[in-house]
Amino acid sequence: MSATTPVSSSASSSASGAGRTLPLTEGSTVQRVLRAAVTPGGAVFILAAILFVAVVSANPSFGEPPQLIRFIGRTAPIAIAAMGQYYVIVSGEFDLSMGAVIATQVVIAGNYIGDDEGRVLPAIVLMLVIGALVGLVNGLGTTLLRVPSFIVTLGTMLALGGLVRFLTGGAATGNPVDTFREIGRGGIQDVPVVEVLPYPVIILVAIMVAGVWLMRSPFGRTIIATGDNPDAAALAGAHVWWVKTRAFMLSSLSATVAGILLVGYAGVHPSVGAGYEFQAITAVVLGGVVLGGGRGWLLSAAAGAFALELLFSFLNFQEVESTWRPTVQGVIIILAVAAAGRAWSLGRRPSRASPPAPPAAPAPSPTTARPGTETGEI
Amino acid sequence: MRRKIHRAPMAVASALLLGVFATSCSTEDPTDSTSGTDESSETSESPDASEESPADEQEWFDQAVYDEQYEQRSATFEGDSATPWLQYIDGEMTDTAEYKSNKAGKACFANASISNPWRQTGWITMNQQLEALQEKGVISEMETRDAGDDDNTQIADIDYFISEGNCDAFIISPNSTAAMTDAVERACETGKPVVVFDRGVETDCATTFIHPIGGFAWGIDTAEFLIDNLEEGDKVVALRILPGVDVLEQRWAAAEKLFEENGIEAVDFFTGADPTEIKTFITDELNKGEVQGVWMDAGDGAVAAIEAFEDFGADLPVMTGEDEMSFLRKWEETGLTGLAPVYSNFQWRTPLLALEKIWAGEEVPKEWVLPQVPITEDERGDYLEANDGMPDGHYAKFGGEDLPGYPEVWQERQIP
Repeated sequence: MSATTPVSSSASSSASGAGRTLPLTEGSTVQRVLRAAVTPGGAVFILAAILFVAVVSANPSFGEPPQLIRFIGRTAPIAIAAMGQYYVIVSGEFDLSMGAVIATQVVIAGNYIGDDEGRVLPAIVLMLVIGALVGLVNGLGTTLLRVPSFIVTLGTMLALGGLVRFLTGGAATGNPVDTFREIGRGGIQDVPVVEVLPYPVIILVAIMVAGVWLMRSPFGRTIIATGDNPDAAALAGAHVWWVKTRAFMLSSLSATVAGILLVGYAGVHPSVGAGYEFQAITAVVLGGVVLGGGRGWLLSAAAGAFALELLFSFLNFQEVESTWRPTVQGVIIILAVAAAGRAWSLGRRPSRASPPAPPAAPAPSPTTARPGTETGEI
Repeated sequence: MRRKIHRAPMAVASALLLGVFATSCSTEDPTDSTSGTDESSETSESPDASEESPADEQEWFDQAVYDEQYEQRSATFEGDSATPWLQYIDGEMTDTAEYKSNKAGKACFANASISNPWRQTGWITMNQQLEALQEKGVISEMETRDAGDDDNTQIADIDYFISEGNCDAFIISPNSTAAMTDAVERACETGKPVVVFDRGVETDCATTFIHPIGGFAWGIDTAEFLIDNLEEGDKVVALRILPGVDVLEQRWAAAEKLFEENGIEAVDFFTGADPTEIKTFITDELNKGEVQGVWMDAGDGAVAAIEAFEDFGADLPVMTGEDEMSFLRKWEETGLTGLAPVYSNFQWRTPLLALEKIWAGEEVPKEWVLPQVPITEDERGDYLEANDGMPDGHYAKFGGEDLPGYPEVWQERQIP
């Protein structure tokens, strides 16, 4: 949990507290975990846990391992999408094209594979290539053409949406062959305790591990530094355009994987993936990742996705009126993010309140940092 | 923005964090309590709910229309049952002598959209019918504008046709009922024939309004089937596409009423036909307890619903889908107890054939009610055989077997 939090806070506190021990690395492991738990990146785990308890108390059978593992399996696509979105947001940008990428990949899978089993592998390669290309376009448009990412990805979203409409006419086409759908629908049978271990769960765990490794690599450090202050990162020798472009590619590739899982889980329909970009962004924000970049932990984004899905399931179990459901969801999300914002100040509190360092009092004040930043930006 | 530092004390912050959960509960409460007064889908929790009249039902439920459609299901239809797209229930006729013409005319078609497989199938059939009538020299050309599910676009489309379309007749498939009424009236004022089909408008100025029996009949057929095949107290999950479309709302209004009257516990969801949502809703319901029935207001996504039961390892439900090939195939493959209600797709042929009659000066029904007969398990095999090789999104009762291009055009699903 404290893996990258120190990195993010070091970026801001290193300016002030040179020579002083970083507050978040002080103390024992338990203390550090507790302290991390009250940052937004940690609070989301508490939120997810609370929601989980709420869901289980509303419906005890949800807590049984076989049901639980299925729930994790069906949440895998959104969690993977949220982690993809994380790279882009932490680098200081947005990716709105995610849902459209998913829909495109779903439709490509349906149209290209069809009933031909021999096309499964070529299709996966094709989909990954297309995913990488979309990310490349988003990234280069944002960095080299200097179009705000909000607009670039909105553009790719519309372009891909049009492509999907053209390919399908806006309605469902046939599902691809079952062997391809097994990726998202099947699993390893006869596993003890959980009965079946869905492939999406395995893929999710693999992507999480790879993601954590990536964020601990130099690339991961650079991406956070770039999101925090691109000018400083550039002066430090980072190729900001290439770092951000890779973040976009990671995002589109994540959307592609989510799409592959969703074809299996649900089948081909142009509405698959609709709203995923906003669900992913919500999950990332719920995970305490700061919009604007530079702060947040990868796994918190995944936890945000789980919290979100638990919330939706909770509403299902409570039999909230179907017409009201989106309203209730919206209100709860706003409150959750507001609470996460409060928790953020809580997480920072120790550094400000620590009495042994009186000179530190003015240090975190934004005014000291701002003049430098502003001249740099001008 | 990100440098803004809140100085909230720990107590406030943690209270807020907990507040998320607390609010999620309290947000629920008003919903729950209102649902007791103006919504009654939670019949299990509120035993007196059925006595109160739900707001939705008041809005969409119309006892007179319900009764009428209930009767029409067993009515006698005029015309040859081999060409159901020309059949109608005896009633008021429109005299069309004033429109008689000897030359081929131009038809202008304001279409709501082709954004679902039902409309796509119908649109293909309509184009093949057009080809047939062009060869006969009845229609010179048809100009079509697709409103893409947007009321404003369709109003603009109709006004364009009126002012610049050089049209000899208007065909309108309204996007929504109330919003399109004025535009249809403006089209009527041109003095040219106006054919409205599928969804209705709140005016009777059209030369003919073509539609299958209707949403209530669908709701009655499906709900009665589920009630017959389920026990009192059984649970039905109702999967609905979206709120606010009259044909769909009427299907649910009728079914909901019958479920309530017969002690079937029904819970409804809006899915947007998204298979992901459908699977999630059903899995959550199965987590909660047994589900014995599935009701759909349209068959799009029926396969995902069945797969949710398969993946969960639960017994397959008694289910009503639609005459879409994907459902018919899955129904046969799984052997579940099912019914395929039909919202007669062949109605897409009728507007053009109506124009043929109108321009020939033959009278047409003022309200042209087409037959609407569900496909039962006994008939399923015949329809599967007749539509062998058709894509999953095809509708069994598309009624285009005698048109040019059959069957390739439908098989390849060339959307014009």
